[in-house]
Amino acid sequence: MIVTYKDAIKQAMIEKMREDPRVFIIGEDIGVYGGAFGVTMGMLEEFGPNRIIDTPMSEASFTGVALGAALMDMRPILEIMFADFLTFSADQIINQAAKIRFMTGGQFKVPLLVRAPQGSGPGAAAQHSQNVEAWFLNIPGLKIVAPSNPYDAKGLLKSAIEDDNTVIFLEHKLLYSIKGNVPEEDYRVPIEKANIVAEGKDITIIATSIEVQRSIEAANILKEKSISVELIDPRTIKPLDVETIVDSVKKTHQLLIVHEGCKDGGIGAEIASRIAESEAFLYLDAPIFRLSGYDIPIPYNMNLEKKATPQVEDIVKKVEKIIKGEWYA
Amino acid sequence: MIKLLDLDQNILIEMLRKMIMIRAFEEESEKLFMKGLVHGTMHLSEGEEAVAVGAVFAIKKTDYITSTHRGHGHMIAKGGDLKKMFAEFLGKDTGYCHGLGGSMHIADSNLFHLGATGVVAAGIPIATGAALALQMQEKNSIVLSFFGDGAANEGIFFESLNMAKIWELPIVFICENNMYAMSASVKKFIPTINISERAKAFDMPGITIDGMDVMAVYESVKEASERARTGNGPTLIEAKTYRYKGHSKSDLNLYRTKEEIEEWKKKDPIENFISKLKQLNIIDDEIVKNIYDKIDREIKEAVNFALNSPEPKFEEIFKYVYSEKGEGK
Repeated sequence: MIVTYKDAIKQAMIEKMREDPRVFIIGEDIGVYGGAFGVTMGMLEEFGPNRIIDTPMSEASFTGVALGAALMDMRPILEIMFADFLTFSADQIINQAAKIRFMTGGQFKVPLLVRAPQGSGPGAAAQHSQNVEAWFLNIPGLKIVAPSNPYDAKGLLKSAIEDDNTVIFLEHKLLYSIKGNVPEEDYRVPIEKANIVAEGKDITIIATSIEVQRSIEAANILKEKSISVELIDPRTIKPLDVETIVDSVKKTHQLLIVHEGCKDGGIGAEIASRIAESEAFLYLDAPIFRLSGYDIPIPYNMNLEKKATPQVEDIVKKVEKIIKGEWYA
Repeated sequence: MIKLLDLDQNILIEMLRKMIMIRAFEEESEKLFMKGLVHGTMHLSEGEEAVAVGAVFAIKKTDYITSTHRGHGHMIAKGGDLKKMFAEFLGKDTGYCHGLGGSMHIADSNLFHLGATGVVAAGIPIATGAALALQMQEKNSIVLSFFGDGAANEGIFFESLNMAKIWELPIVFICENNMYAMSASVKKFIPTINISERAKAFDMPGITIDGMDVMAVYESVKEASERARTGNGPTLIEAKTYRYKGHSKSDLNLYRTKEEIEEWKKKDPIENFISKLKQLNIIDDEIVKNIYDKIDREIKEAVNFALNSPEPKFEEIFKYVYSEKGEGK
């Protein structure tokens, strides 16, 4: 069936909540209001206020509340209204959730799922537009997932709910309305497994989240120009499926990494380093390149906002330059 | 006047024994630290033993606690094994956390101890979430959340009390007001005389008690825990107490006088409880001597166990970062 990314996420939660009484959702305005982006719309009617728990505006604490419930064999799904607000939740996620299992020598498991919409596009300025995956990339004990289409969103969300670890599940606001095919039957998309979106031979593009969709468009344009792109979506940002990306680079010999978040210390830096220190490095015919958001806060003006992050035409141009050997032009 | 309540004399003696054990454990810990066998830092609770023991004895074995960086007392009161505690202190594989947590993070999930956090106040929302889980699971247990006066100035303290009250959660908040958050005096940083007054803001019962009197602690926690257990919501208890030793091992005690410390020592919870129990002919000098001698032997045995225990192996600690499916708690 064809569903939106938003509905795929909702379906995953509904199906898991029907199946497992330990699963509940907690967050701001997720009940009657249906969530700031409408993801939980209508769920209150089926599951009631004890499983669709509206909270006061206390992110730092209700993150801890969800964590406390996770320690008690519940399966909390925490909705943070905008990923930007995870700054409030940072202590509970970074110092508590990510470390409790380790610090207690494995006594506890921490099945906390943190869902948060991120990314720019709706013109909401710098505090409602960030890509936050890099904030958490440096924290052992966390997993980070960022689906780029409805099929992955539903399958990964079910896997994330079932995972015994803290998973940061990053949904992109611009993806909520995109449609895709989702099977009727129950399925999972495994965490820690990259997806080869399109096979190709000339260059590998590793793209994340919204940039996967833009890279699909770019690859189609490039195909008409006789450039064959192999497009890989890691889907799970931490831990990375290094094997799949290494294999692809060994095949194509060229690599472009595309992500929406800022360049400094971004996911691209990590992927580039992984390739640089792998045997794939020896196969490279060109330097590794990154297309990312500029190192600026997201501007309010919508024309500027678009310029601040990689768009389809930017990807096309960059690939052409790499292929032509105009590396530093 | 001591309130014997309905307590069996053996329980009163056991309460005394636990207080003596906590002090002996910490005195020995300090010696080990001075010998260089314990590293990092440690936070001693000498003077505060009545709060840990009175509170934990007032709840059931199947009730949960969350603890703090100054948590040895809570752990011993809940039934902590001295061998595993000393081993953890010394960073040994036989310690509660395989030497990965140390002094600040000793916990035992089997004792319904949900962990001790080194970030002040961070355990309060976790305790609140555990109480939410108990309410959802319709269990008859409650949560006892230990924290100090310093934590009562963190935002998440207020947020958590608010949520605990709006949801009428089965939780008792117990503030161990030892008069100083490191060097920060409550006189200087808390405008009201009693921290318990903060409960009023949440329409929650708040009570200030003498934290040097184990029976006063017992009585108030008993009442609050029954309130929580019968669905009548949370309580904030402030136990006024005092730490004889510095905040941690770097403390030069520049912020208080020797006279002040000596004044508080006159209210020593152990000495006072001994004389009360003697007055009531529950114990005599011989019983007290036997308690001290037995604990002395237990401490020596536990330290020897810890000293002779193996170190954790580096290759084995990676498994505690993430849970694999189906294992752990």
